[in-house]
Amino acid sequence: MRVSMDIELKDIPGQLILALRPVSELKGNLISVVHHHEKRTPRGTIPVQLVFEIKPDKLNDIVSSLEENGIGIARIDEKKFFEHGAVMLIGHIVHTDIQDTIDTIDKTGYAEVVDLNLSMPKINMASSASLKIDAISKEHMESAIALLKEIAKKKDLLVIEPIKSIGVA
Amino acid sequence: MKTIRVSIIGFGAVGQGVARVLIDKKEYLEKLGLDFRVVAVADSRTATINENGVDLSAVLVRKQSEGVVGSEKLTGLEIIETIDHDLIVETTPTNIVTGGVGLQNMLAAFKHGRDVVTSNKGPLAMKYGELIEVAKAGGSRFRFEATVGGAMPVLNLANDVLAGNTITNVEGIFNGTCNYILTRMMEEHAPYEQMLAEAQELGYAETDPTYDVEGIDTACKLVILANCVFGMNATHEDVTITGITKITPEALLLAQNEGYVIKLIGEVNDSRINVAPKLVPIDHPLAVGGSLNVASVQTDLSGPITVTGRGAGSIETASAILSDMISIYRD
Repeated sequence: MRVSMDIELKDIPGQLILALRPVSELKGNLISVVHHHEKRTPRGTIPVQLVFEIKPDKLNDIVSSLEENGIGIARIDEKKFFEHGAVMLIGHIVHTDIQDTIDTIDKTGYAEVVDLNLSMPKINMASSASLKIDAISKEHMESAIALLKEIAKKKDLLVIEPIKSIGVA
Repeated sequence: MKTIRVSIIGFGAVGQGVARVLIDKKEYLEKLGLDFRVVAVADSRTATINENGVDLSAVLVRKQSEGVVGSEKLTGLEIIETIDHDLIVETTPTNIVTGGVGLQNMLAAFKHGRDVVTSNKGPLAMKYGELIEVAKAGGSRFRFEATVGGAMPVLNLANDVLAGNTITNVEGIFNGTCNYILTRMMEEHAPYEQMLAEAQELGYAETDPTYDVEGIDTACKLVILANCVFGMNATHEDVTITGITKITPEALLLAQNEGYVIKLIGEVNDSRINVAPKLVPIDHPLAVGGSLNVASVQTDLSGPITVTGRGAGSIETASAILSDMISIYRD
């Protein structure tokens, strides 16, 4: 997941390194570091904004490590899902228990169905749906879609995925 | 001037297209120092032979008016085996179950050391490895750009133009009939059956559209790509296939609202060969409409290279055949 964190550093040498080390030690991936040296807090500390990606179960370790080093944390904003995907479904989507289809994805914990548009032309005709799925990472998105395809196979639904090269071309 | 004695085996739309192109481009070919002298033409029932060069215009007229190319009863195979010539343009119909007469023609041609240029994908989708081996043993040159995507150059692009690059993936639309049907379904918000009927009326789709709409035609082209570009030894049984018959106009509309079009996409890389309807962003280079074909070749050095063109049509396919003929014999 992606975490945006506002921390406060004492104005003495070596503090920034001290703050970044736990992120790298716990295999986090730093996205950006903005050091607001000119904007001191009323407490005389220097505000720094960090953005990094980290496995969700490691975030607490980072927080403890920062606190142990005497670094103040003013705000943590975690964004669990930053991979967005879309798929289409065609078939008897409603008659084959749409709630169950959605629940199976949601229950994974790493992906969620966040939007659904359904079109049902006639009662006996195949329906079509567009599904938006959010997931923790690209790999988790692939797992979620693989899971959806398994469910779809059992329910005789056609899953239409996006082409792979979207980010490349 | 280099004279190359040629036979055209199979005189349907593509064979006739080749004859027309050879007439139209005669001067251009002479400037290149090439005289493609057609010494034999065969259709499924008759043949015409002239060692000094068949009058192609007369053969075209006769085919149009009488439905046959000549009065001789020689088969294509007999021509390949008995008439002394250099190059066989193999344009008999595709048969992906047995390889059809095309397979026999090609094997016989290589046995006699003759070169082959073809648009017939059946034999290549069936017996690629064997054909390449026999061609090599006979010292024959073998080109088949027209088998994948008609006028759209993808095999020669990947193998010749992009030489030095490692090709990591090829994906695209390789069937104009499916692309036409899906494009029209989206434009008219009309059901699949209705737009299939329209495509059949316009001659884009066969009376039995199974090969096209079930994705089998695309699968055969992917097999040729897999073997020719990725050095695999694949057959159409190695392809996972989903066709377009279940696509609804509602799905196309929902996709459009999300910024996508639905296309029948063929994809090949060293781990998978797959045909399935896919969501393509509306502004993506693969989102071409009508009956066009498109291929995006992913390379290590050059990134993605995308080509688009007409995947069928007699003159368009003949253009790919002519290009192969020139590339074999131009020094």
